[in-house]
Amino acid sequence: MTAILEIQDVDKHFDISGSFLDQIKFADGKIGLQKTVVKAVNNVTLDIQPGETLSIVGESGCGKSTLARTVMGLYRPNKGKIIYRGDRIDQLSSAKMRPYRTKMQMVFQDPYASLNPRMTVKQTLEEPVRFHNPDLSRLEVRDKVADVMLQVGVDPVWASNYPHEFSGGQRQRISIARALVVDPEFIAADEPIAALDVSIQAQILNLLMDAQDQRGLTYLFISHDLSVVEHISNRVAVMYLGCVCELATSKELFGNPRHPYTQALLSAIPTLGGKKGGHIKLSGDVPTPINLPTGCVFNGRCPHANERCRQERPAQITLESGSIVACHGVEEDRI
Amino acid sequence: MEQLIEIKNLRVDFTLRSGTVRAVRDISLTINRGERLGIVGESGAGKSVLGFSIINLISKPGKITGGKIIFRGNDISKYSYEQMRKIRGNRIAMIFQDPMMTLNPVLTIGTQMKETILAHMKVSNKEAEKICLEKLRKVYIPSPEKRLSQYPHEFSGGMRQRIVIAISLLTNPNLIIADEPTTALDVTIQAEIMDLLLELCETENMGLILITHDLAVVSEVTQRIAVLYAGKVVELGSSKQIITNPQHPYTQGLIKALPQMAEGAKRLNQIPGMMPSLRDMPDGCPFAPRCAALLERCKHEIPTLKELESGTQVACFMREGVE
Ligand SMILES: Nc1ncnc2c1ncn2[C@@H]1O[C@H](COP(=O)(O)OP(=O)(O)OP(=O)(O)O)[C@@H](O)[C@H]1O
Ligand SMILES: Nc1ncnc2c1ncn2[C@@H]1O[C@H](COP(=O)(O)OP(=O)(O)OP(=O)(O)O)[C@@H](O)[C@H]1O
Ligand SMILES: [Mg+2]
Ligand SMILES: [Mg+2]
Repeated sequence: MTAILEIQDVDKHFDISGSFLDQIKFADGKIGLQKTVVKAVNNVTLDIQPGETLSIVGESGCGKSTLARTVMGLYRPNKGKIIYRGDRIDQLSSAKMRPYRTKMQMVFQDPYASLNPRMTVKQTLEEPVRFHNPDLSRLEVRDKVADVMLQVGVDPVWASNYPHEFSGGQRQRISIARALVVDPEFIAADEPIAALDVSIQAQILNLLMDAQDQRGLTYLFISHDLSVVEHISNRVAVMYLGCVCELATSKELFGNPRHPYTQALLSAIPTLGGKKGGHIKLSGDVPTPINLPTGCVFNGRCPHANERCRQERPAQITLESGSIVACHGVEEDRI
Repeated sequence: MEQLIEIKNLRVDFTLRSGTVRAVRDISLTINRGERLGIVGESGAGKSVLGFSIINLISKPGKITGGKIIFRGNDISKYSYEQMRKIRGNRIAMIFQDPMMTLNPVLTIGTQMKETILAHMKVSNKEAEKICLEKLRKVYIPSPEKRLSQYPHEFSGGMRQRIVIAISLLTNPNLIIADEPTTALDVTIQAEIMDLLLELCETENMGLILITHDLAVVSEVTQRIAVLYAGKVVELGSSKQIITNPQHPYTQGLIKALPQMAEGAKRLNQIPGMMPSLRDMPDGCPFAPRCAALLERCKHEIPTLKELESGTQVACFMREGVE
């Protein structure tokens, strides 16, 4: 099978040094310039197969949204390539990027911020259709929008309402409708359910899964709710400080997590009617992506770290199960 | 068991130009000393308003329009601002979702903690510092002596929330009200904070009201759960009963909607429809428009809480015939 999307050895760093004056630092008796760089995404390699749901999990600030935005062409990577169906897309001008913009859509975390408050639902949905299909007649545009509204359960009588007149769940449906209306192949959904409560969550997840079945969609899905991730993903990538530390099928990852960070993460999932305690406690502070630790990025909090882990960055190895893990301990068979 | 706080027929209204929002509609609850109660329910159901009203943090256009809050024998719902200030932060502490609602960004942690102590206790500066260090150790902040001189932004989100807990512990409160204390945090940090709250409740014999929409979290931490829907308690019982044997169709729907309850099916079980607006409630049961087990009388009459044999209280006409 050929991948629909390949992420090859991608780095995304943000320079937050500020102005020239902000960069001046006095150290060791000398005045020098110091740049401050946030290393949000580091050496990430992933492929996404057509029709699958690949999820990204990891703690707040580990680079999930940055990776999704880089894939979508909203950020240019500092290193590496993004390849969509065989074509390299990370260096394209916005005109050249346009055909990919219909095929690739993004649903943002915050449905309040991502809809234009001055546009009615109808305008919000019709605009991208017209933009990407200039030769459709007005009637065709209208039918297309009505179709999608029906599919996502947005009542067409709402068409002339503004975003603030809807609840969070309804707004999230409208954002999803806006992504679907241009017939994409690939959707990056960044925490599409984070702001919603359980009963609305189920509605939105069903909607996403139905759309996938009907249209053969491929999803890059970001969520911090691990039971949701387990339910809807084919494969899961675990990120820590901008690096992928484990990549496995959902079944393998949740059944047989190998990386110590994955193990700690999964042990912390609260269970319905479960007992408190018993999760793996991570010592040490969460390091910042400004000063990446040498060696393994997880070494400061890892209960199994040794000298090698503090010195040498682990390479990704493929295990017999097919899981990919970046950990010296797993490689040496001591974890 | 000794009763810590009793909420009796509490009502809170928000008077807006577009109408009156009845956010808390006749809620009664009691909490015993050292007991942990969870409050769950849909967004907008009135969970936060209920929590705020206990410590009288409701401000205009909101108002407590009825009922009593009996704390250690006194009705604190009628207290003046000054009287309330003594209770708040002294006997009852509140933890918010955003730790920066409690922390002052321009003061060091040490200054803020000492201020709180000196406002409530007659101790010397040295003694105050000793208390600060002791409480910071309790919430597992490493090398607290160094941390006292740091500002909130120098801590991670999880540590900030732990500092807020430390501050709330300064005056040895009898009750902590925690409103979504870990919603903004990761699962690993969430687990740590919940462990900590649980441990502190047990060692200090503190009561806890934990407000969240995460059923798994409350089921791990609390002994009893109250399910709120449209400003009313629709079910109240032991956490075990609520999770394993939910009685109200709404509670059943909430639990069935969790991914782990899909029983191998791909599609999740969703509750159809939405919670009605608190501005114009339907005449009968507020859940009636979404309920699969609807009876004729549900459309006209509002069910009240009735106790079942299991000890669970439920407000549903379907359950009334059963007994
Ligand atoms: N535009 C930007 N400029 C500077 N730094 C940024 C920018 N966007 C993100 N960062 C930083 O990059 C890191 C990764 O952020 P990102 O938003 O990708 O995290 P995340 O995994 O999506 O977290 P969350 O779960 O909280 O959404 C963070 O340290 C963040 O502060
Ligand atoms: N200051 C206010 N002015 C007007 N209405 C308000 C105000 N505060 C709360 N409300 C209303 O009271 C109702 C209950 O709100 P509350 O914040 O208690 O909900 P909640 O259950 O805590 O929801 P969430 O899970 O989203 O935090 C809502 O309908 C809300 O619109
Ligand atoms: Mg993000
Ligand atoms: Mg709330």
